[in-house]
Amino acid sequence: MATYEPVLLRRIGRPECQGIEGYRADGGYKTLERVLKELTSEQVTNQVKDSGLRGRGGAGFPTGLKWTFLPKGHPGPIYLCVNCDESEPCTFNNRVLVEKDPHQVLEGIILASYAIRATTAYFYIRYEYGHGMRQMQKAIDEAYSAGLLGKNILGTTFSLDVFVHRGAAAYICGEETGLIESLEGKRAWPRIKPPFPAIEGAFRKPTIVNNPETLANVVHIMERGVDWFKSIGVPPDPKNPRDAGSYGPKLYCISGHVNKPGIVELPMGVTLRELVEKHGGGVWKGRKAKGAIPGGNSMGIIPESEFDIPLDFNGPGTVKALGLGTAAVTIFDDQTSIVDVLHNLCRFFAHESCGQCTPCREGTGWMLKIVERIRRGQGRREDLDILEEVADRIGIMPGTTICGLADGAGWPVKTAIRKFRPEFESYLKTGPRQGVRLQMAQAH
Amino acid sequence: MATVLVNDISVDIGDEKLNCVQAAQRAGVTIPHYCWHPALSVVASCRMCLVMVGEKKTDGSIAMQPKVVPGCQTPVKDGTVIQTMDPRATTAQKATLENLLLNHPLDCPVCDKAGECLLQDYSFKFGNASSRMVDEKNTPPNKPDIGPNVSLFTDRCIMCSRCVRFTREVAGTAELHVVQRGNHSEIDVFPGHPLDNKLATNVVDLCPVGALASKDFLYKQRVWNLKTVNSVCTGCSTGCSIHLDTNKDVVYRLRPRFNPRAQGHFMCDEGRLGYQQVNSSQRFRKPLERRESGTKPIEWSAAVASVDRAFREVAGVDAGNAWFVLSPFLTLEEAWLLASYARSVSPFVRIVSGPVTRVGDDDTYPKDRKGRPAANVKFTIRAEKCPNRRGVEAIVSHFQKTVVSFNDLLQACDAGSARFVYVTGGYSSAHPGFRVEDADKLAKAPHLVVHDLMPSALTDRANLVIPSAAFSEKEGTYVNHAGLAQSTVAGCVPLRGMRTDGQVFLDLLGRKGLVRAEEIRKEIGKTVSALAALAQGSTGEFGVFTGSGS
Ligand SMILES: Cc1cc2nc3c(=O)[nH]c(=O)nc-3n(C[C@H](O)[C@H](O)[C@H](O)COP(=O)(O)O)c2cc1C
Ligand code: SF4
Ligand code: SF4
Ligand code: SF4
Ligand code: FES
Repeated sequence: MATYEPVLLRRIGRPECQGIEGYRADGGYKTLERVLKELTSEQVTNQVKDSGLRGRGGAGFPTGLKWTFLPKGHPGPIYLCVNCDESEPCTFNNRVLVEKDPHQVLEGIILASYAIRATTAYFYIRYEYGHGMRQMQKAIDEAYSAGLLGKNILGTTFSLDVFVHRGAAAYICGEETGLIESLEGKRAWPRIKPPFPAIEGAFRKPTIVNNPETLANVVHIMERGVDWFKSIGVPPDPKNPRDAGSYGPKLYCISGHVNKPGIVELPMGVTLRELVEKHGGGVWKGRKAKGAIPGGNSMGIIPESEFDIPLDFNGPGTVKALGLGTAAVTIFDDQTSIVDVLHNLCRFFAHESCGQCTPCREGTGWMLKIVERIRRGQGRREDLDILEEVADRIGIMPGTTICGLADGAGWPVKTAIRKFRPEFESYLKTGPRQGVRLQMAQAH
Repeated sequence: MATVLVNDISVDIGDEKLNCVQAAQRAGVTIPHYCWHPALSVVASCRMCLVMVGEKKTDGSIAMQPKVVPGCQTPVKDGTVIQTMDPRATTAQKATLENLLLNHPLDCPVCDKAGECLLQDYSFKFGNASSRMVDEKNTPPNKPDIGPNVSLFTDRCIMCSRCVRFTREVAGTAELHVVQRGNHSEIDVFPGHPLDNKLATNVVDLCPVGALASKDFLYKQRVWNLKTVNSVCTGCSTGCSIHLDTNKDVVYRLRPRFNPRAQGHFMCDEGRLGYQQVNSSQRFRKPLERRESGTKPIEWSAAVASVDRAFREVAGVDAGNAWFVLSPFLTLEEAWLLASYARSVSPFVRIVSGPVTRVGDDDTYPKDRKGRPAANVKFTIRAEKCPNRRGVEAIVSHFQKTVVSFNDLLQACDAGSARFVYVTGGYSSAHPGFRVEDADKLAKAPHLVVHDLMPSALTDRANLVIPSAAFSEKEGTYVNHAGLAQSTVAGCVPLRGMRTDGQVFLDLLGRKGLVRAEEIRKEIGKTVSALAALAQGSTGEFGVFTGSGS
């Protein structure tokens, strides 16, 4: 694996990586030109479908398949919403792409729009990404000047406008229907499905929502072909009939108690251990890892003993974590209290629950209050059972909420308790360590 | 024909498009629900209605979905199977209720909604007896002045968002919204934009809990002491179906009563507060006779005798100089009895419809963002501020073949030819029926009898004032703008010593016994072709359409 040559991050760090000149000098927009001239929209969709590309936004839904859900022969408008809300904590793969190589993402946007016959694309970017927003706007302006956006792109009949929309600074704006509501100028309360966005999305028109990293992959799939893409990554797990495989390159974010936090591009399927040891420079201060969050807060927590799982769409599930998520790995060392970790996670979800569904609104708040009390040293044994029960019963998976935020709020809690129960039980007896000043920041 | 199986009860839903909550209702099974309301969009967020749903296959086997689904969001079709008693459903419902009570103040003893609160009812029926919450509850601040008519007890809110959707989807005024997130979410208004629209108080009825309260009703009554009857608002020609809530013969509250043929689910604030006149201390209680020395209360029997004597005197000379004014506030039955009395004395007596009060144009909802009426009207407050113009006109034209108008009467009074005038009123003091100059003209008749509720320019000039009963104190029928006839039930007995208008008319007619509105309706239905639909006597829960006038 040491020989893996990055594709998505290939240009990052080069002096000319942000502007259109540099991008073109590196062969950028050649694929677009060829595709627009030689392929039909269906052919693009089929190629993406055949590649097995799965969404990089967290849910891992097959991208080409999603595109085929659009109503056939729709007179339009059809919209593409690019989900650059990237609010999963410790996740910054979109950020790097958009700030450093916006044209790669933009080429993906144009290709995807061509495939789905969208004539308008909205680039919804997290409020906090001011720099990224300006980079993307600049790239869009350059593309308009170069005839790559606007009417009759490169002399074809295909036209596309791209608008940057600055987000509303909430985690829930990244949930695709929350994003659509927010884009429409409303509070980001996710919508009930059906109808799914592909049928009725932004402004009640057919809409495809995709992550920038997903779209960047589309460029390379169109450039290098399906076989190339499938040669990278992991085929479906024969033990899991529902696994559709994890092909292609992936950006992994490494953060927490490691010597070298950052982002790396690797073929899907690298083990968590290799990621930490080799690419993250090992655990800091010469300590050992206690555990990790394998893919963004929503995915749950796993102990060091399970670090040999492959980080692909199937791997985390084999140790009863929720999934790959955003492939943002956060390591915590053996000096870290699991109660502190859980408290921090609970605070995030209680703060970010949009408040619409009763089980999520009240469940996340209740779990936080319980964990806060445990952390203060006033926990009771039954609190652990209540936490597990509440965590188990909130989310789309048990059928009790509208969106997946609640699932994501439940998994850290139940995995923490199930995988670190002895530590919780001894904390219940001892309370916080002597001399530790607890920051009891409220969720609001 | 589609058949749905609810807890093993088979129910035929025809070709209607229903969700599980509705289909279960048809089967007599309650699926508890908060956020869903038939007049609002579906958000499926409260998760109170979680049930197990499946499908009965053609081979008779049943395939259930593996997890609970919100019944309000799940449409039913032929073969749909709904199970509300499955442990997964009951556990999920219990969990939702436990969640809703986590931050709820449980101040039922001082809450206006107690007794008709769905959080109480569902907790009792579907919830747990005790709470596992030992942590501190959130205590958001109350917003007592969220609107001129409405108060918000923020901590009691269960975030069902019905109120928000109402102001957006029905009123269109969109004052209410949610601020903050998670369990700190609160209902609020923008600074300087209170919940102030003509339909505002409907959010109080929509609120399943005691979060939104009507300032008018707040702390006046415990609802279990109230007696409720079906009535009709007399505020305008929309004729909203209402519940009339009384205790010990005092009206405390009007609430909209769902009627798909009348107004739907809601009512306007003016109509809702219109009952206040009923409880006014200014109401007449005894007939008043004007003498030179001033007005004097007289006995009812003396008043009836005096009217009859004066009328017959004039009719004996020239019945064309005797006039009866039938107010558009009279019930059909009253109008019928009074007109019958007039005709029983002479065919030449003149019967006219009273003035019709109109204010501006019909006021339709929703409004658009600029406050202009929007398309797909969901509610109309009508310009015509009378409940029964169409009905009374039908009666008048039955008796008075050559049409004479109220203006003809004014002219006759002015010319000095009108000798006996009997005017019925009942107009609301907000929209009086008679201008002072009209009252001056009417007063030129030597015998002016005014049958009304409250003092007005006209009663000040009458020779004889006969007190009216309020709409809440009598039974009778009103025909709304669309020709829909709806009957009301008396919610209270008339004030002590009072007689209803109908009773007075029976006395004049010399008929014995009490007013039996249903009998009179049958009589009207058989005689007046425009009102033939009343021949059944009963108008049912939703009223019957008549072909009367337009
Ligand atoms: C609470 C929540 C937050 C989410 N945040 C993001 C996000 O920030 N970025 C993103 O791409 N997808 C996010 N998603 C996933 C999106 O709903 C959606 O699946 C994704 O944007 C689809 O793009 P993809 O198919 O390219 O992955 C989030 C989902 C949930 C439930
Ligand atoms: S699950 Fe939570 S975040 Fe998602 S819609 Fe419901 S309340 Fe909002
Ligand atoms: S105030 Fe009442 S109607 Fe409005 S959201 Fe709260 S509980 Fe629902
Ligand atoms: S719309 Fe008319 S009938 Fe309905 S409540 Fe208002 S005043 Fe009464
Ligand atoms: S009534 Fe179905 S979720 Fe609220």
